[in-house]
Amino acid sequence: MFDLSSIAVFIPRAVVQGIPLLYGATGEILTEKSGNLNLGIPGIMYVGAISGVIGAQFYEQSAGGNLSAFPAIMIPLLFSLIGSALMGLLYCFLTVTLRANQNVTGLALTTFGVGFGNFFGASLVKLTGSETASISLGATSSFFCAKLPFADKLGWFGQIFLSYGFLAYLAIIIALVAAFILKRTRLGLHLRAVGENPATADAAGINVVKYKYGATVIGSMIAGLGGLYYVLDYINGVWSNNGFGDRGWLAIALVIFAVWRPNIGIFASILFGGLYIFSSYNNTGMDLAANELYKMLPYVVTIIVLIIVSARKKKENQPPESLGLPYFREER
Amino acid sequence: MNGKTHTPLIHVSKRDALPWQKAWLIRGGSIVAALIVCALITTMLTGENPLQVYGSMLSGAFGTGRRIWQLLRNIAILLTISLAVTPAFKMRFWNIGAEGQVMAGALACTVTMLYLGDKLPNAVLILIMLIASVAAGALWAFIPAFFKAKWNTNETLFTLMMNYIATQLIAFFIVWKYPNGTGTMGIVNQDTRAGWLPRIGGNEFLLIILVSAVITAVMYVYLGYTKHGYELSVVGESERTARYVGIKVGKVVLRTLILSGAVCGVVGFLLVAGVHHSISTNIAGGQGFTAVMVSWLAHFNPIMMVFSSFLLCFLGQGADQISTDLGLDHAFGDILTGVILFFIIGSEFFINYKLNFRPKEERKGRAGNV
Repeated sequence: MFDLSSIAVFIPRAVVQGIPLLYGATGEILTEKSGNLNLGIPGIMYVGAISGVIGAQFYEQSAGGNLSAFPAIMIPLLFSLIGSALMGLLYCFLTVTLRANQNVTGLALTTFGVGFGNFFGASLVKLTGSETASISLGATSSFFCAKLPFADKLGWFGQIFLSYGFLAYLAIIIALVAAFILKRTRLGLHLRAVGENPATADAAGINVVKYKYGATVIGSMIAGLGGLYYVLDYINGVWSNNGFGDRGWLAIALVIFAVWRPNIGIFASILFGGLYIFSSYNNTGMDLAANELYKMLPYVVTIIVLIIVSARKKKENQPPESLGLPYFREER
Repeated sequence: MNGKTHTPLIHVSKRDALPWQKAWLIRGGSIVAALIVCALITTMLTGENPLQVYGSMLSGAFGTGRRIWQLLRNIAILLTISLAVTPAFKMRFWNIGAEGQVMAGALACTVTMLYLGDKLPNAVLILIMLIASVAAGALWAFIPAFFKAKWNTNETLFTLMMNYIATQLIAFFIVWKYPNGTGTMGIVNQDTRAGWLPRIGGNEFLLIILVSAVITAVMYVYLGYTKHGYELSVVGESERTARYVGIKVGKVVLRTLILSGAVCGVVGFLLVAGVHHSISTNIAGGQGFTAVMVSWLAHFNPIMMVFSSFLLCFLGQGADQISTDLGLDHAFGDILTGVILFFIIGSEFFINYKLNFRPKEERKGRAGNV
């Protein structure tokens, strides 16, 4: 099992599992750094996925079989970004402007988003009057899955590092950029200040509302891309209801596991991806029950990290101090 | 942030307690607005007459005697879970792990039902099942509470993770017990009916409804009129005050969460022994999350929770009927529920806060509007 060729098979499978989680986690880290605990991420990822699908469906229908690469990629991408940005805006409007409870709003957003995704996933074909029986966007998906042309010729190296669609690399780039912004720029410093102590940030002249909106909406857009990657790359454009499963919650778990650092999130997401498929990889038909226990691993590991982080009380590893708390200037 | 002497157009200030009639007027208004938006969405997607949509909704909830009983039972289950999470919420301990606590209780109940089914008289068996469920639910809540009390571990994230561990435990149990099955479990003790809750007067729903009524009353008294209830609201208001007056915060957290989990365990017991007589990973069906909203919408008041859980169950069942009648996917119900929740969540702002418009521009006529 541990020779090079099987590792070269296992790692890419772990990576493609990890990418949606990485998108979700990076988005949620940015959001949480502003003090918003957005439990709507699972719903937002569904909306990001289905919005992209809707865009792709329209384009495929209007283009009638002659797709060109640029719009085939840009239209779904744009739709997806807009869909998830709207969800982020809604969350912010309710929690920041209307000061609603973050947990309640997030859970409602997830109910809505998952319902939205599944509903349009099941009825889009009927509503647009297409001839196919279910959503199948193989043509669009082939653009999203396109690999570097010479990847196959490089043996195991190509398999491990070069065998992915462009969204996978984008996820890593976004995570690195987010890590850099959070750690090394003034913008990141201000954002962290808002998440740690909005009253102090406010007193220092930082526009708390603007930062919260900005971080949450951008975070939502990034998370939505995870849904888009899943549906147009990972499963090749074939929608199945609830196919995305609990990956949204796993992304929230990943935030903790990565101790709120997007760059750690890159490796952690691959590890989570590996844990996620470990059960099926290990499936020799002998012990199906044990597989169900393996699926528990990411969550158990996350809890252990959560406990260790809280017990060690290292300042730089803590959740943002005001995470989940509303901020109202006149209530200080 | 603003200019030197610039007055903002709208200035938001906290209201004193609004008379409850007015508060409910605002809530009612938001629900009406939500229903209008929902009807618009439905009409846009299907071209149906909105009035017919509401008709479907009502018939889904009240159309037949059986539907009414089902509605009542669903309310009872949702209400009980909401009651379970409420003491924790009042303490500002965000227990969103009710889902997992219910599942842990249900699993313990199923296991005892399966293995002790033929060996004990029914009354003893049911008692043991109840104890096992309560203990399992309480344990599931105790674990995050313990770490919260000891190291201040983030409880929202911890309880969230515990849900999925419970899900996988159930999945494990089913596959382990029925290795050749399809991952689902048949009805337990179908022939002997051992461990099944008795029907009161031949009605399969009544017992559950009665149990939830009793729990509602007890929780109302517990929260409002006992020392425990007082202590936990002090901890919720200000942990420092609680420490200062000599309340042991850690002890209150543990005690409250054990109670919270125990009541969730009871729900797990009711779902297995009284409703499904079987278990699946979907047994809690997301109600642990819905309960968070029910409890919050009712401002943690057990009596108000009867109404808010009625509202959510009615909407759920009604929206389901719309999807059936119009031949839409059942996820449509979730969209409608989501929209209505957004409106209700948003409306709380207008109950708690007042909008003061800039006085100079004599346009105060709009200030009263929502």
